[in-house]
Amino acid sequence: MNPPPVNLAVLLFASVFTSNILLANFLGMCSFISISKDVTSSNGLGMAVILVLTVTTAVNWVVLRYVLIPLGLVYLRFIIFIVVIAAVVQVLEMVIERISEALYIALGIFLPLITVNCAILGVSLFMFIREYSFVQTVIYGFGSGVGWWLAILALSTIRQRVEKAPVPAGLKGPGITLITIGFMAMAFMGFSGMLQVQ
Amino acid sequence: MSLAFLIGPLAIGGIAAVLAGIISVVDSIVNNYGECKIDINSGQKSLTVTGGSSLLQLLAQERIFVPSACGGRGSCGVCKVRVLSDVGPILPTELPYLEEEERENGTRLSCQIKVKDDMDIEIPEELFNIKEIRGVVEEINDMTHDIKEVRVKLIDPPQLEFKAGQYAQLESKPYGKIKEPAQRAYSMSSPPHDRDHLEFYVRLVPGGIVTTWTFEELQEGEKIRLIAPIGDFHMRDTDALKVMIAGGSGMAPIKSIVLDMWEKGDTDKPVWFFFGARTRKDLFYTEKLKEIESKWENFHFIEALSEPTPEDKWDGEVGLITDVLDRYFKGEMNTNGKPMEGYLCGSPGMIDACIAVMTKNGIPEDKIYYDKFA
Repeated sequence: MNPPPVNLAVLLFASVFTSNILLANFLGMCSFISISKDVTSSNGLGMAVILVLTVTTAVNWVVLRYVLIPLGLVYLRFIIFIVVIAAVVQVLEMVIERISEALYIALGIFLPLITVNCAILGVSLFMFIREYSFVQTVIYGFGSGVGWWLAILALSTIRQRVEKAPVPAGLKGPGITLITIGFMAMAFMGFSGMLQVQ
Repeated sequence: MSLAFLIGPLAIGGIAAVLAGIISVVDSIVNNYGECKIDINSGQKSLTVTGGSSLLQLLAQERIFVPSACGGRGSCGVCKVRVLSDVGPILPTELPYLEEEERENGTRLSCQIKVKDDMDIEIPEELFNIKEIRGVVEEINDMTHDIKEVRVKLIDPPQLEFKAGQYAQLESKPYGKIKEPAQRAYSMSSPPHDRDHLEFYVRLVPGGIVTTWTFEELQEGEKIRLIAPIGDFHMRDTDALKVMIAGGSGMAPIKSIVLDMWEKGDTDKPVWFFFGARTRKDLFYTEKLKEIESKWENFHFIEALSEPTPEDKWDGEVGLITDVLDRYFKGEMNTNGKPMEGYLCGSPGMIDACIAVMTKNGIPEDKIYYDKFA
C-alpha cells in the first residue's frame, strides 16, 4: 500500500471542485434531480450526504484494510461496501434520532434515501482504486460530500429561478434540469485546469 | 479438498453478523428510553410505561384504546390526541391530517409520536370507557340481499354500557389471502338496555376485508373480539324536534336511538325518521318501526324508495331522500320556528346532500349530528 503523495489541502479542494463527484463523475444523479426542487430539502439532503460519505468511506477503509485485503477477498468489495453502508446508515439514523429531534427532522428522514445513492458507493470504490491512506480517505469522503452538497444547493436555487422562466413546454421539469446540470458541469470543468487528482 | 471457496461466503456472513450485532446493540442502548410517565387529562390517570414505542401502542398496552382505523400506519388521521409537553415539531407524516387550529393547540397523531420522556396528554374522557370485549356470535340473520344482522352475546365483560348511536370496532380473523386481523367500525343497532348483547348491520362491500369475512367465514357460535363503545354520535337531551335520516345499513345507530327513547319513555318530543332505500328489497326492519309509530304519537316513520321497480307495487314516498325530506319540511312537518336537530347516518354523499337540505330549511349546522361511513 503506497498512498499517493497528495497534499491534503489539494485533495480537499480537488474533491470539492475539480473532481466533484456529481458534476465530474455524474454519480448520485437520481436524488440530485428529484430532491433539488426545494432548497430546504436540498440543504438537508446535502448535509446528510456529507455525514454519511465521511463516515462510510472511513468505515469501509478499515474493513478493506483489515478484513478484505488480508483475506484476499478484495473481489467482494462491492457487496461488502454496500452492506457496511446500509448498516452504518441504520446506526446513524438511530443515534441522530436520540441526540436531537431537530437534527432528525432536518437530516434523519433523508438517511434511508441516501443508502441507495450511488455516489456513496462510488466514493468508497474510488478510495480503493486510488489507494488512499486513512487520513486521505476521510478528507476525500468529506470533500466529496461537500462537493455534492454544494452542487445540489446550487442546482436547487437555479431551479427556483428557472421555474418562473418561460421554458418551452416540452422541456419543462427534468428536461431543463438536465440542461442546467450540463451547464453546471461545464462551469466546474473550468476548475480542472487548476489541479487534477486521480 | 480445498475449502478456500468457503472463505468468501463466510467472510460476508461474518461481516453481516457483526454489523447486525452492532445494530442491535446500538438499538438497545440508544432506543432505551427507560420508564416514562404519561399523565392523562392533568392527573386523571397516570401511566408508567417503557419508552421507545409509539404513544398509540403504549396507550393500547395500558388498555386505553385511542381509535385508529389504519392500525397505526399514519394513513387515516383518526388517532389524534392533544400533547401538552414538548415532543418536537410536527412531523411531515402528520401534517396532512392536522387542521390549522389543531397544529396550534398541540394536537398530534398518537401513532407517529414516540414516547421518549415523561409527557402530559389530553384525550376525550369517553376513551377511558372503551374496552376490549370478547363475545360469541349468537345469530346471523339476512336482513336484505346484501345486509346481515350479527347478534353477539357478550362474554367478557358480560355487560356493556353505551350510548345509543355509538359504534364498535369489529375485528375479523385471518382468512384466505388475508393474513392479518382487520378492524372496521360498525354502529350498534341494538339498544343499550339489551345489556348483554350487541347487534350490528353489516352490508357487503365488494372487496371489503371485514364484510367479506362476515358474509363468507363468520359462523354462529364463533368467538370474536370487539373494541367498544366509541364515538360521539348520540341523542342530545333537548326538546328540539328531531329529524333523523338513515340510508341502508345506516339504519343501525338510528334504530338503536329510537328503541332507546321508546324504552325510556322519552316520547314527548317530536321525532321524524326518514329511511331511504333503492327498491323494496333493500328495505328492512320497517314493520317493527311502523308498529312503534302506531303506539307513539310523536314518532313519524317515513320510508322512501329512490328507484322502485314495477314489481314493487310501491305506493309510498318516491324519490331521493333529500327530495322527500325537502317536501316534508315544506309540508307535513310543520316546523315553523321550532328548534330542530338533525341526526344522520349513511354514505358521505347522502349525508352531505342532506346537510344542505337541512340547513336550507332552518336547522343550524352545529345542530346536525352525523355518522359517516368511512
